[in-house]
Amino acid sequence: MSKLDSKIPDGSLEQKWTKYKSSVALVNPSNKRNLEIIVVGSGLAGSSAAASLAELGYKVKVFCYQDSARRAHSIAAQGGINAAKNYQNDGDSVYRLFYDTVKGGDYRAREANVYRLAEVSNSIIDQCVAQGVPLAREYGGMLSNRSFGGTQVQRTFYAAGQTGQQLLLGAYSALNRQIGLGTVDMFPRHEMLEVVKIDDKARGIIARDMVTGKLERHFGHAVLLCTGGYGNVFYLSTNAMGCNATAAWKAHKKGAFFGNPCFTQIHPTCIPVSGDHQSKLTLMSESLRNDGRIWVPKKQGDTRKGNEIPEEERDYYLERRYPAFGNLVPRDVASRAAKERCDEGYGVGASKMAVFLDFKAAIERFGKTQAKKLSIENPTPQQLKEFGKQVVEEKYGNLFAMYEQITGENPYEVPMRIYPAVHYTMGGLWVDYNLMTTVQGLYCLGEANFSDHGANRLGASALMQGLADGYFVIPYTIGAYLSKEIAVKPIPTSHEAFDAAEKEVQTRIDKLFAIKGGKSVDHFHKRLGKIMWDKCGMARNEKGLKEAILEIRQLRDEFWKDVRVTGKANEMNPELEKACRVADFLELGELMCMDALNRSESCGGHFRVESQTEEGEAKRDDDKFTYVSVWENKGNNEWDLHKEDLMFDVVHPSQRSYK
Amino acid sequence: MSHGNMNLTLKIWRQNSGKEPGQLVTYPVKDISPDMSFLEMFDVLNEQLVSKNENPIVFDHDCREGICGMCSMVINGRAHGPKTGITTCQLHMRSFKDGDTIVVEPWRAQAFPVIKDLTVDRSAFERIQAKGGFVSVNTGTAQDANCLPIPKDDADASFNAAACIGCGACVATCKNASAMLFVAAKVSQFALLPQGRVEATARVKNMVAQMDAEGFGSCTNTGACEVECPKGISLENIARMNREFLVANCKD
Repeated sequence: MSKLDSKIPDGSLEQKWTKYKSSVALVNPSNKRNLEIIVVGSGLAGSSAAASLAELGYKVKVFCYQDSARRAHSIAAQGGINAAKNYQNDGDSVYRLFYDTVKGGDYRAREANVYRLAEVSNSIIDQCVAQGVPLAREYGGMLSNRSFGGTQVQRTFYAAGQTGQQLLLGAYSALNRQIGLGTVDMFPRHEMLEVVKIDDKARGIIARDMVTGKLERHFGHAVLLCTGGYGNVFYLSTNAMGCNATAAWKAHKKGAFFGNPCFTQIHPTCIPVSGDHQSKLTLMSESLRNDGRIWVPKKQGDTRKGNEIPEEERDYYLERRYPAFGNLVPRDVASRAAKERCDEGYGVGASKMAVFLDFKAAIERFGKTQAKKLSIENPTPQQLKEFGKQVVEEKYGNLFAMYEQITGENPYEVPMRIYPAVHYTMGGLWVDYNLMTTVQGLYCLGEANFSDHGANRLGASALMQGLADGYFVIPYTIGAYLSKEIAVKPIPTSHEAFDAAEKEVQTRIDKLFAIKGGKSVDHFHKRLGKIMWDKCGMARNEKGLKEAILEIRQLRDEFWKDVRVTGKANEMNPELEKACRVADFLELGELMCMDALNRSESCGGHFRVESQTEEGEAKRDDDKFTYVSVWENKGNNEWDLHKEDLMFDVVHPSQRSYK
Repeated sequence: MSHGNMNLTLKIWRQNSGKEPGQLVTYPVKDISPDMSFLEMFDVLNEQLVSKNENPIVFDHDCREGICGMCSMVINGRAHGPKTGITTCQLHMRSFKDGDTIVVEPWRAQAFPVIKDLTVDRSAFERIQAKGGFVSVNTGTAQDANCLPIPKDDADASFNAAACIGCGACVATCKNASAMLFVAAKVSQFALLPQGRVEATARVKNMVAQMDAEGFGSCTNTGACEVECPKGISLENIARMNREFLVANCKD
């Protein structure tokens, strides 16, 4: 236990961050110029951190695997970003945002971190608007809000269905400004493949130039990993094709402990799998649950089309089971409920692994309001429908178009089919209050860390956390470390630690090419994904997890004997890139299963079949599991488990109820 | 590996690097499902190439949901393929017929040199953005967000310009390889908002100067860019940028 010091400041919950900010050590401007910071990843956390740190005067290098920082997968977040502005005058407050987030996370997050997140949420909105991010507005010119799952206030700011895009472009613009000023060096098409440690401190990275294949050495007084989540361990997820765990995993193997690896979020509203050619899954924003109603037929195995099933033969199962929150229950609850109905034989569509998300009622309701607005007396049903469709199009047009593009069905006319899919990973590298990992000088921000969402993330909180970490947390907390590093001169990359790290990477790459096996990288990735989805997915049990661990070990052995990597190392080679990533997923997958096996309670997105209430809801075991599982890599795919006990001084854990 | 029943002939641009010449290479693909995306069809082809120990086709792609702007293919002569309003990754095989021959090439523009096969270098866009695609506001200096009411119509128009995903289809489509629509979208996003007005003059001049320095062609108002833009960025933005540019230069 001694290795884990969460460094949570003393004082009352409301005062911790304020006091911390006024007492944390500072670095004076002339010293900042001499301190170099490496940022890996250019999503919301990476771009906002890099821009903010460069504004402060640090010398920053940013790395991303895409051809532009703007393409990081934060861009794909649709629905919105939470903030405790209380612009709607509906009773919101910092405390309530904090409370909802801790409760939504099923009491497996740190109070102090979550409170800080809620506190800085308002500044994020201010910052983004000042940057020219075009958030949605009302006719009076004020910002608009909508509801999201797990809350009863309207605190979500949005930009149609493209909130992530607009917020990322805001952070990207701040980053571009610094690139233009020469304070940030940008390295697109570069993938980090190793951390360099000198005297137990992170001092740089080895990165591969993905165009030339050349391995490069980069020094930094500190290294920030802002590399996103590891949902692609499941092969099929809503993540981008390139999303990977490699940077975090290399850090883990170099001493950064991994927190709660089994905490995975399965998002309830995704477009169902259409066949074995499927390469990724597409999310339909949770905001659709504001106005859409989820249902299945009351009759098992009903083969009628959605529109042919009369109202009284429909089971709006979320509204039935959870009258208080209805269709807006948190994601984990909605996902499990969909799986339960499909497993019981009520699923719809060709695969029977889908439920309906229906906008018929919303279109009628909006139509009536719109007709009144336009002062049309006695509108025809056709007019009502047209008006309603117009309103829906304004709110969700891009999502509806996307659905039609993928499925070939028109969602204005027939109910959408949806099914849960892997979306987000709450687990990640363990960090203290400063966002530092267990390696000195190595930080982890955004989805890549484990810190704020406990066992389940509420909708519109990922964008909030990424930007909170980057804009408003790291610029303060990094001073605590760098203030002690001002005497350290940049270490030449000819240092032996860089030699050793580069050699390690080169050896790994050579080994992959030398196998010359018979099966493609994707072949192994798909098989790993199937094991993970079947046995470490929405419902987990002891037997399945034990089997999964053995199967993953076998698969890993097979990979290292029989994978085929075509092409050469010194050229643009996506097969090599994938092979390096899948090799890491094959280790991480095992750890996820071990963590899921250890945590024999159910909590949030982690549902152990053995631990459920009589009504089939997740049952926590607070006496045994009120801790963060923190895994230390001992090499050779062996781990030690450490526990960070969670203290709840303000919120008292209770069985979550959304009924 | 059976998926569906479409058989197609692909003619795909292969080019080992920017320094070597490239050529169209013909590949037959079988058993394609109409529910596959265009890139999933490429996955199938690449798996076949790997199984034959040949180098798979390199192409840019990432989110596969039409928002990251990474994918970039000219399909049968059209940027992002035969349908409008979508990116290559959103194109599905139901848009083609069994027996079709499909020609796939990279973005072609002097300012977008080919890196390999269908992958091009779009870093010219980055350099343009760094010249002015921002509001100069440091983190932490902002006032309360609602202290600055913005008429909904202006906010919506700004949003519509900001929807650009930076894919470069406008350049690939334009007979002059002009980047006007891309630059105009960013200039317009800020020009329409009070936050952006402060630096409007310098922004438009600097971004246009960089655009010219990168070797993009001039705009001759053919409107092809607007037609092929997957996000429907309007030609009005170019008109707005021209106004901004004129006013900025008159101020000198």
